[in-house]
Amino acid sequence: MAETAGATASDGTPRRDFLTLVTTAFVGVGVGAVAWPFIASMQPARDVLALASTDVDLAPVAEGQAITVMWRGKPIFVRNRTAKEIEEARAVPMSQLKDPQADQTRVQKDNWLVMIGICTHLGCVPLGQKATDTKGPYDGWFCPCHGSAYDTSGRIRQGPAPRNLEIPPYAFTSDTKIRIG
Amino acid sequence: MAIGLHNSDFKNPVIRWVDQRMPIFTMMQKEYGTFPTPRNFNYFWNFGALAMVNLMIMIATGIFLAMHYTPHTSYAFDSVERIMRDVNFGWLIRYVHMNGASMFFIVVFIHIWRGMYYGSYKAPRELLWMLGVVIFLLMMATAFMGYVLPWGQMSFWGATVITNLFSAFPVVGEWIVQLLWGGFSVDNPTLNRFFSLHYLLPFVIVGVVFLHVVALHITGSNNPLGVEPKGPQDTLPFHPYYTAKDSFGLVIYFIVFAGLVFFAPNYLGHPDNYIPANPLVTPAHIVPEWYFLPFYAILRAVPDKLGGVLMMFGSIAILFVLPWLDSSPVRSMRFRPIARIAFLLWTICFFVLMYCGGMPAEEPYVTISRFATAYYFAYFLVILPLLGRLERPLPLPESIARAVLGGGGPMPAGAVAKPMDKA
Repeated sequence: MAETAGATASDGTPRRDFLTLVTTAFVGVGVGAVAWPFIASMQPARDVLALASTDVDLAPVAEGQAITVMWRGKPIFVRNRTAKEIEEARAVPMSQLKDPQADQTRVQKDNWLVMIGICTHLGCVPLGQKATDTKGPYDGWFCPCHGSAYDTSGRIRQGPAPRNLEIPPYAFTSDTKIRIG
Repeated sequence: MAIGLHNSDFKNPVIRWVDQRMPIFTMMQKEYGTFPTPRNFNYFWNFGALAMVNLMIMIATGIFLAMHYTPHTSYAFDSVERIMRDVNFGWLIRYVHMNGASMFFIVVFIHIWRGMYYGSYKAPRELLWMLGVVIFLLMMATAFMGYVLPWGQMSFWGATVITNLFSAFPVVGEWIVQLLWGGFSVDNPTLNRFFSLHYLLPFVIVGVVFLHVVALHITGSNNPLGVEPKGPQDTLPFHPYYTAKDSFGLVIYFIVFAGLVFFAPNYLGHPDNYIPANPLVTPAHIVPEWYFLPFYAILRAVPDKLGGVLMMFGSIAILFVLPWLDSSPVRSMRFRPIARIAFLLWTICFFVLMYCGGMPAEEPYVTISRFATAYYFAYFLVILPLLGRLERPLPLPESIARAVLGGGGPMPAGAVAKPMDKA
């Protein structure tokens, strides 16, 4: 019917094709513009982002002790390492490491090890923070879920986890205080 | 073609493969592509499509709001404020949802008005109309419960007043009210169940809308002349004619909607609802949302508690029997000179009731409400039944094509006989 009503531009393109393309393009842009706020609303809200840094006082943590603090809903392992543990971590040759990283690159001060306490395999929290916990064959941390073992630098040494325990962004705000995030 | 496959007309191999096994493409083409639609629709016929879009907007924004909302009396108000202040674009999603409810009622009121003016409720579309009334009731229940969720003063006291309506019923009243509350006053159990039902009912609406559309596609649409199409000369394929017309209306609708959301998002609300719910203090002037005002005015116009509640529910329930109260065979008010005036008066009464419902329960509003309420019911119960017998309608056009094309269009043999006969 109306398709045959002669509506053809000078170059031979039917006008309806043009209108269809323009309409489709506008609908596409419109749907995208509307979808954006919906998707963005699922990203962390401003009050969540406001909690994205955590201050930790290290003064009460004696040598050989560890504490676990929350940062972004995750456990952060903070350990005041003994000289023996530091020695153990630095004596390991890189060739023995699955995810080679020197201990020096994982700490800001030699005795303070700050890590995200989440196994890089499937997200369990490894044991080893409490004095009574099993620390695994490498004297660091041991994940009870699938048997990943970490050393005194939190590096993966045995088991299915692919990477070392992650180091969060943090900074020393004074000699005995850090801000994570 | 293999045995058991649907005979598909589609050329695209992927679409064809699906269509042969599940002919949804054939169905869409039949119901929304070539679907024969009266050629003389005016813009009032946009509002069904607009209501459909509005429903989808409400469900989409509602699902995203529910991701951030907490249905607990201690957290509900704060979680809504958090949506407004902290959640990315939360203010936009909430304002769209909030004003979407108003837009939904504007659209549906016009849609219902259209049906009443052009006689769309008459045979053979009675069931289509009744399903529409069911949708309207579900919408009202959903909107009411949604308004309770922010747990502001108006939420709380609106919920208290509306649930107390049921206490008017003798014997079972108290029992029903306790059942609604889940306690001895509007409290946390009430909020919890209202949230649950507010999430459920829109999907029930989707189901009834589906039935509404199924019924529509059996009888076909009414049109401004109220004369059934008698052949292809009276109709146009739905696409592109009405997809285009609906799209244009949709753009206008979006402009109005956006104007409300971006420039006057709280215009249709009450400032009192930004005060957290307090069960010990009732706001000085409590009114429901604007779309409930006409019915609220009817409630207050009746000096008896049970009578008021029955009249209020009756004002909507009466729509169910409208197809049988209006005994005139002529659909469109264009050809009913007296009914047309009576209906326009009814429309004015509706707005008068809306105005009085928003005013304090004092004179002169109570008396005005009483007259308007009387006319509201008289239109259905006295005027329409009588006019069916007494009114002399104007001559109907022989066909849609005759009327809109000015005498042109070939008439199929036998189609001329009686204007009201179906094709």
